[in-house]
Amino acid sequence: MKSNGVKTMGLHLVLVLGVLLSVFPFYWLAVMSTRTTSDLYKFPPKMWFGTHFADNVHRVFQSIDFFHAFFNTLFVAVVSTVLVLFFDSLAGFAFAKYEFPWKKPLFIILLATMMVPGQLSLVPSFVIMATFGWVGSFKALIIPGMANAFGIFWIRQYATGAVPDELLSAGRMDGCGFFRLYWNVSLPVLRPALAFLGAFTFINAWNDYLWPLIILNDASKYTLQVALSQLNGIYNTDYSMVMAGTFLAVLPLIVLFLFVSRQFIADIAAGAVKD
Amino acid sequence: MQQTPIVSNPSNRAALRPEHSRWREAWKNRAVYAAISPFYILFAVFGLFPILFSLYLSLQKWDGIGTMSYNGLNNFQYMVTDPLFWQSVGNTFVIWIYSTIPMLFLALVIAFLLNSAFVRFRSAYRIAYFLPNVTSIVAVAIIFSTVFANKYGLLNYMLTAVGLNSVQWLNFPFGIQTAIASMVVWRWTGYNAIIYLAGLQSIPSQLYEAAKIDGASTAQSFFRITIPLLRPVILFTVITSTIGGMQLFTEPQVLVGNDGGVGNNGMTIVLYLYREAFVNNYFGYASAVGWGMFVIIVLFSALNWTITKERA
Repeated sequence: MKSNGVKTMGLHLVLVLGVLLSVFPFYWLAVMSTRTTSDLYKFPPKMWFGTHFADNVHRVFQSIDFFHAFFNTLFVAVVSTVLVLFFDSLAGFAFAKYEFPWKKPLFIILLATMMVPGQLSLVPSFVIMATFGWVGSFKALIIPGMANAFGIFWIRQYATGAVPDELLSAGRMDGCGFFRLYWNVSLPVLRPALAFLGAFTFINAWNDYLWPLIILNDASKYTLQVALSQLNGIYNTDYSMVMAGTFLAVLPLIVLFLFVSRQFIADIAAGAVKD
Repeated sequence: MQQTPIVSNPSNRAALRPEHSRWREAWKNRAVYAAISPFYILFAVFGLFPILFSLYLSLQKWDGIGTMSYNGLNNFQYMVTDPLFWQSVGNTFVIWIYSTIPMLFLALVIAFLLNSAFVRFRSAYRIAYFLPNVTSIVAVAIIFSTVFANKYGLLNYMLTAVGLNSVQWLNFPFGIQTAIASMVVWRWTGYNAIIYLAGLQSIPSQLYEAAKIDGASTAQSFFRITIPLLRPVILFTVITSTIGGMQLFTEPQVLVGNDGGVGNNGMTIVLYLYREAFVNNYFGYASAVGWGMFVIIVLFSALNWTITKERA
């Protein structure tokens, strides 16, 4: 089986090359954030870590209110995630396990809303937020998205098979109402589906840029992505500082992803391949 | 168990007055309606209403603060003769082509290799390939701006290192659009590869074995078995890439700014919409651009759908 060995080697070579391409920008980011800006302008480029990380981070803290932006982002992402999990699982459970008049048309409407392009309503949405007095407020980032069609659909698919009817009817005999059946019987079973939806929502909220850029007008309310873009725009020449800021903003999410990655990737793939 | 078919009260009533019983049934389920209602309320207020409102706004002249004045179809008339609008449409399509074709091709190759029987550490590979997808686009754009920088860029260093001339990437159309497309490729190739891999793994291996017995080559079984059976998955990735590609905003905005860089070559449709609304304060015109974009996306997606369905 010598030819198989060669084949396997070649195969891994190509795959490892792909991995290098996909991971290299992170490495490059980490290296640059430990260098001085003048180092970055030297040829050949420095490919190994320097000693200026603390300096660079210090300048980040001087230029933008990094901790504020960090906690703003964390707050928005956590609150969004909790609300999405609650409202989506409630509705998903209802669609999965209850028969009620107009269920079918309501569900079709739900699916149809996924086709509505968000950018079309960018301007009027902003006008509505201004009317509500929500411009500059986290409410504008959190409330419109706190129940979404994708999540409801996702939970419904999972709950249909995972929540046993026998358990629900047993609960009913014990006098449980809809909410008790949801909270006490269904929610514990839905945990794997909730974990994926939670990670997905959190990552998206953390990375959101266009809407916060429009809504947040006060630097003390900036989320990380908006603060980073300001850092990049204003201090164009101090690249090592910009890189240190970017590194700090990216790191927490990568750590989170590495924790949930296996299941997360499996769920993404399953969601796309199932019809 | 029960033997009282005639006077069974609820069913009898239902037979007599179906409408009435429907409302009764609905009332009994009021908790269920309460559970699903947040979504519909939010959608009505923040989804449906803005869309109708944007139709109204597109017929107005408005700077967002002062008074609105009715403008008829002037915004739309201006749009179809606005060279910058058409340039942004053209740029969006070019960037979409530059990114989607290499991205889906590479993704298919990676998935095919990962699916091979010899591969170990499959899940480690999957995580490494997926990693770019969870990074924020702002961060990606900042990193790539140092790769494609005109002076001292990493790419230019590599070019000069192998004896080629350095390229002013951000000074001409092809350069800017390649830089933007490469961010999309970097961020989404792994994602699409994972989707393809899942599709490949759902193809029963007996099909390949049968083909092998019948003397089919690897290429034959790839084109006769893999591609046809992967068709729905390929369709999915083409559709999602189209939607994503038409909505490109952050990559060009962070890389080259609100004007799309030198010669507006990085100006995409959404970036143009954003600039007209929130930089220039042409709220009415920006709403018209939104509708123009919507029509283009619908037409393009429909075209895309038919072509992919036939070819794949």
